[in-house]
Amino acid sequence: MIRLEKRPQPSRALSLSTPIMAVLATFVFGGLLFAVLGKDPVEALQTIFWQPLFGEYAFYYRPQLLIKGAPLVLIAIGLSLGFKAGIWNIGAEGQYIMGAIFGAAVGLAFYPAEGWYIFPLMVFAGALGGWAWAMIPAFLKVRFGTNEILVSLMLVYVAEQFLASMSLGLLKNPEGYGFPGSRNLQQYMPAHNAELFAGSGMHWGVVAALIAVIFAYVLLAKHRLGFAIRVTGEAPRAARFSGVNPARLVLFCLGTSGLLAGLAGMFEVSGPSGQITIDFNVGYGFTAIIVAFLGRLHPIGILLAGGLMALTYIGGDIAQSNLGLPAAAIQVFQGMLLFFLLALDVLTHYRLRIGAAEAA
Amino acid sequence: MDLSAINPLLFVAGFLVAATPLIFAAIGELVVEKSGVLNLGVEGMMITGAICGFATAVETGSPLLGFAAAAVGGAALSLLFAFLTQVTLANQVASGLSLTLFGLGLSALIGQSYVGIKPPRLGDIDFGPLADIPVIGPILFTHDIILYLGIALVAGVWAVLKFTRAGLILRAVGESHDAAHALGYKVKRIRTAAILFGGACAGLGGAYISLIRVPQWTEGMTAGIGWIALALVVFASWKPWRALLGAYLFGGITQLQLNLQGAGVAIPVEYLAMSPYIITIIVLVVLSADKSAAPASLGRTFHASN
Repeated sequence: MIRLEKRPQPSRALSLSTPIMAVLATFVFGGLLFAVLGKDPVEALQTIFWQPLFGEYAFYYRPQLLIKGAPLVLIAIGLSLGFKAGIWNIGAEGQYIMGAIFGAAVGLAFYPAEGWYIFPLMVFAGALGGWAWAMIPAFLKVRFGTNEILVSLMLVYVAEQFLASMSLGLLKNPEGYGFPGSRNLQQYMPAHNAELFAGSGMHWGVVAALIAVIFAYVLLAKHRLGFAIRVTGEAPRAARFSGVNPARLVLFCLGTSGLLAGLAGMFEVSGPSGQITIDFNVGYGFTAIIVAFLGRLHPIGILLAGGLMALTYIGGDIAQSNLGLPAAAIQVFQGMLLFFLLALDVLTHYRLRIGAAEAA
Repeated sequence: MDLSAINPLLFVAGFLVAATPLIFAAIGELVVEKSGVLNLGVEGMMITGAICGFATAVETGSPLLGFAAAAVGGAALSLLFAFLTQVTLANQVASGLSLTLFGLGLSALIGQSYVGIKPPRLGDIDFGPLADIPVIGPILFTHDIILYLGIALVAGVWAVLKFTRAGLILRAVGESHDAAHALGYKVKRIRTAAILFGGACAGLGGAYISLIRVPQWTEGMTAGIGWIALALVVFASWKPWRALLGAYLFGGITQLQLNLQGAGVAIPVEYLAMSPYIITIIVLVVLSADKSAAPASLGRTFHASN
């Protein structure tokens, strides 16, 4: 009989090693999944995790890593603040969409004007869009006690419909021969989030993601607000006694995560994606949830986890075209990773004891 | 715009159909939450049920076997959730989310070869002359057996929770797992059973979408219905009949907006399609002031040593 015995202190060593164990377990079971699908598991895993980094065409894929990783890290950093405090924003996908729409709308409004101020204004608008969208669940939670999980999630569907409406209506390219979708911002220089060094994949979104990591690290480690977040998550009652205002914390955590998700959307639409289209969003807002947990809600961890997740996206694309591995298999692979992570997390907080329970 | 194009009889019969997936998912989740567990994986279990049911119905030619497979598929996925939350004591919110993410991926993977196929049709029950009664006949007596099963399930859950010992134990576990444990009840086992029941119900609800309501398979076709079901449980204050009422309300709204789209109302399609989600939020806001009906142990992890 295996029993669980609560540790007096969570184990630090295991806290660091369980994500690695989860990744290894996912390799094994993911490999099995690929084998079931009739692919050589070793070849599939090698294609996904080795090719993009060290393969023949790595020079092309490495920049992609930054392009896919930046929005994931940016969103996950915001989410992690709330998750730490038990405030669950799972509508980052919607905030990402709204940030993109706001940012693109401002850029398109200036078309075809020239000016250095256009891009900064778009950044501001993108952040505002995401922030405002996240403030809806935040405000409703603070004012009426409404469940933020459900409201933020519902708003994803609303945002998706709004995106469809925008790309077919207001933001549609007037010179687009009737096709849905906005003008391509990549062809409008003042609004283009271009690579900072050609061919590096480094765009302003990557810079923003790195700043967000540092910001979150300092906030959590040094600032009083970071302390409030951590205490609220671990002991809500103690937090209240220590003078934490729960309402302000909700507004801050949801607002910040919305703002960062909005920025991610804005950098994506003005850079790698280029235009507002009906299927602009590809699920970064949901994958970022996995990234946040995989990174153990720690800024540095999230940076690494974001890189790994980006790798599965890129490697998955390669495996799709080279080996015919279905895209959904990668999604299952990512979901599996989260399962193992959550399951193994028990080891951080509990000891396994083998033997019969003592009489209490 | 031509509102007269909406046939009131077809509309009512249609919204009963639209409400049925919600009834299944909501009543299942209601039982889970009554046992003190919050499973946010409803969407994932529904979509898994939708594809399991669809694939089985197509392969065997029997829609009823499809529904059985959907219940098994939903329950199998919920078993993962039960393992995470009851055995490894993982956070319920995170586990539920992971279930949804995993279920969406898994269903897309299974469903690849089923896109664009028509499933076998489940016939309506033959009520004989009852179906010929004006107005009532076409509304109430022209449906398939699963729709009636949904209503029977609500009645069954209500009766079990209210009148039986099993229902009392389930509620006790949900209100205070420590007290229930002290009385000698196996908290984890009871919760696991409730989670499996919830998974089976969600699976059935999902299959109702893919086999009857739509009927075909498309990726992510549940489109948030699982989440609306979660909201419905709050709306219903954890009372079965209120959940049924709520499901009809949402079914009605969904059907109405579809009919309005069809009738060519001046409101753009996208804004009509938003409406069920926005109304869910409004309902949540109106009802969230009173949380007293929620099971007291909802969402809390139980470990005997605590």
